[in-house]
Amino acid sequence: MTNLLDVEGLSKRFGTVQANQEISLSVKPGEIVALLGENGAGKSTLVKAVIGLVKPDSGTIRVKGQELPYGDTAGAIARGIGMVHQHFQLVPVMSVTENLVLGDEPTRFGFIQMQKARRETTELSKKYGLAIDGDAIIEDLPVGMAQRVEILKALRRDVSLLILDEPTAVLTPQETDELLEVLRNLAKKGVGILFITHKLREVMAIADRVVVLRNGKLVGTTTPKESSESQLAQMMVGREVVLHVEKGPGHPTGAALEVRELEVLDDRKLEAVKGLSLQVKAGEILGIAGVEGNGQRELVEAICGMRNRRRGTVLVAGKEVPNLKPHEVHAAGVAHIPEDRERHGLVASYSISDNLVLNQFDQEPYAKGWIRDLDAVARNGEELVKRYDIRTTSASAPASSLSGGNKQKTVVARELSQDLPVVVAAQPTRGVDVGSIEFIHKQLISARDRGAAVLLVSAELDEILSLSDRVAVLYGGKIVATFDSKNANRDEIGRLMAGSQGSRS
Amino acid sequence: MAMMQRVKLQSLTVPLLSLLIAFLFGSILIALQGSDPLLAYQVLFTKAFGSIEGIATTLAKATPLILSGLAVAICLRAGLFNIGAQGQLISGALASAWAGYSFVGLPFLIHIPLALLFGAFFGSLVALVAGLLKAYRGVHEVITTIMLNSIVIALADYLASTPFKEPDQPITRTPKIEESARIPDIFGLPFGFFIAIAISVAFWWLMRRTTTGFRIETIGRNRSAGWYAGISVKRVIISSMLLGGATAGIAGAVETLSITGRFEPAFNAGLGFDGITVALLARANPLGVIPAAILIGGMRGAASTMQFRAGVAPEIVDLLLALILFFVTAPILLRLLKRKEEGISLSSGWSN
Repeated sequence: MTNLLDVEGLSKRFGTVQANQEISLSVKPGEIVALLGENGAGKSTLVKAVIGLVKPDSGTIRVKGQELPYGDTAGAIARGIGMVHQHFQLVPVMSVTENLVLGDEPTRFGFIQMQKARRETTELSKKYGLAIDGDAIIEDLPVGMAQRVEILKALRRDVSLLILDEPTAVLTPQETDELLEVLRNLAKKGVGILFITHKLREVMAIADRVVVLRNGKLVGTTTPKESSESQLAQMMVGREVVLHVEKGPGHPTGAALEVRELEVLDDRKLEAVKGLSLQVKAGEILGIAGVEGNGQRELVEAICGMRNRRRGTVLVAGKEVPNLKPHEVHAAGVAHIPEDRERHGLVASYSISDNLVLNQFDQEPYAKGWIRDLDAVARNGEELVKRYDIRTTSASAPASSLSGGNKQKTVVARELSQDLPVVVAAQPTRGVDVGSIEFIHKQLISARDRGAAVLLVSAELDEILSLSDRVAVLYGGKIVATFDSKNANRDEIGRLMAGSQGSRS
Repeated sequence: MAMMQRVKLQSLTVPLLSLLIAFLFGSILIALQGSDPLLAYQVLFTKAFGSIEGIATTLAKATPLILSGLAVAICLRAGLFNIGAQGQLISGALASAWAGYSFVGLPFLIHIPLALLFGAFFGSLVALVAGLLKAYRGVHEVITTIMLNSIVIALADYLASTPFKEPDQPITRTPKIEESARIPDIFGLPFGFFIAIAISVAFWWLMRRTTTGFRIETIGRNRSAGWYAGISVKRVIISSMLLGGATAGIAGAVETLSITGRFEPAFNAGLGFDGITVALLARANPLGVIPAAILIGGMRGAASTMQFRAGVAPEIVDLLLALILFFVTAPILLRLLKRKEEGISLSSGWSN
């Protein structure tokens, strides 16, 4: 049996970064191969080379034994390679059927045959056992369903090898389980599957083979049977990783952050936070678990002054913080690790030092009146680079030269070094490598231990469970349950996150 | 430190390469006219930089370009594309001319600064309109400044032809300014040149060392992060437009008070637009504006001599400037050089 895909000795260099070095891998029909690695390990570059979005420097790519020219996207698709991107390539205002046939519509005399397209959708969904309503509008669908459309779109073009780029990043635990089931069924029908992930649980659950990349090099190929989660993690980072965060018991005291009856609108002027109340005590971490889009972003932004509150109050250390600008909330004692670090957290072309004083640049000692004290800025930069282990050649290097993890450490350093009484961390480890995750987790815990109230919002349930002292589940803009993290049950939280008590729709 | 030097070196490559390629293309065009490109360039540069008088002319030509270049550069720093330097410059030129001939009997130590102030004020007034529209209504500054150019040029024409017209003269122009408003030459060089240098240095210091500069720079590089860090985007937009407009206004005023001696619509044509080329060639660096303006001023000053001595149409200088502008802004060069990060994104003004 010929392999679906054979990659041999593939190398690709971007500037000074060797993204891929002499990588070889293969996928057989009906096989599920997991491509595992930290962010920046070269996983995306590798699959982009396969599908022709990146031209490799050397190496060969063969599909069903035939060599594929470099950068030939059309050829890759014609030979049956399909890709489901991390960011969906769907038109939100169009129906499922319309999206499925987009670019290859069945026509007669130049008119689209919607009836035929609809029939095709039904057939396709039956053939692969992926139930979907062809007339549903994409923007009304939950993320898991939209992803299903993406997969169907690829399957419609007779795909024999399906590549998925971090498909579970946006899914609930239940949706993830469903996706894994779908992938298993596809594999049974003979489709080869190559999926990128950095979640070990999924790899263990589904992969036939695991290919681990680190720093652009292939460090090993194994199977879930022959290895364990901690072994895989070790391969990914090249050292032992503390998967379970070491933390002592918390010593919560009085409420440092209090939110009462908060109502917030989202960008579409729809109510996203619906009368939410919560309390975080000094010296504890409250984790907000929930699927993205249930009001997390609006909650955080309303607390941190980035979005107007329609109703409700926010109190920091017992004092009311009115609707303010972000820096005024900061001055009131709230440190904030923003969800979108590229947009809000950093100015990419500024030096690390400048970024480390971004919200205090006009205050003592970094400015005396109108004049900036560049020496003080540089000293602070050098000190924090050391203290927060920001890996760089110099504090005067631009922030854009840092890896994702070190960018995030820069934001964390700026926010946590000021020892403010409240810390709001939104997705603090998204897109960050394992080593940096560990470091950031330690920093959040030490903030707690010095008596800060930490509000942690994360899409990673594991992160919530391992860091928090208490866990609150957010669904539909409300907190539906709160647990002591010692009594938290993963499955129960997962069900609450999906908005139902047990039903698996 | 080695790294800083590399960054500095890199920021020179694009402008220098643009110049080189522009002159290469220019030589083909000159050759097509049947003239000798080498002779043409030789004449151009010996005329502009080969003698003391030549250099003096060049620096005089460069003076308004330094200032109009700064007017564009300071806005670029804030992420705004100020196409309106021309209108702001004309507004400043007319205002300073009016102040120059209307106040009689002032000592020059008061009259000159007063006339310059008039120029700065009326230049910034024009820019303020675009700044307010951008800050409070989100109207794109490229659109408003282009439209303001037309408005100001027409308005200035009207004012110079009717209420401020020199009496008993057929030509559309204002009366001559008083001697007390005339900016003198120093050692054969126009004093305005030193004013322009001083303003460049002041801007460089402002951007580098003050919190105001940091605010402008931050908004220019990442508006969301700036807002998040507590910088008022509105204030930065308005204040950088005011600064730009005032500088363009001073450009018009210096030209009026030291060269033309009155306002006449045809006198200031193109100075504001050349400022765009200067600013982009300087990559919006306040000090880089000086050599860029000297180069372009020199080419402008020597164009007619080139026609005379090498038989090349003086429009070839316009063409060269257009080519320079093209290559300095075109992403082709950047892609060829494969540079990932540039200090400031010169196109940011277009996108938001």
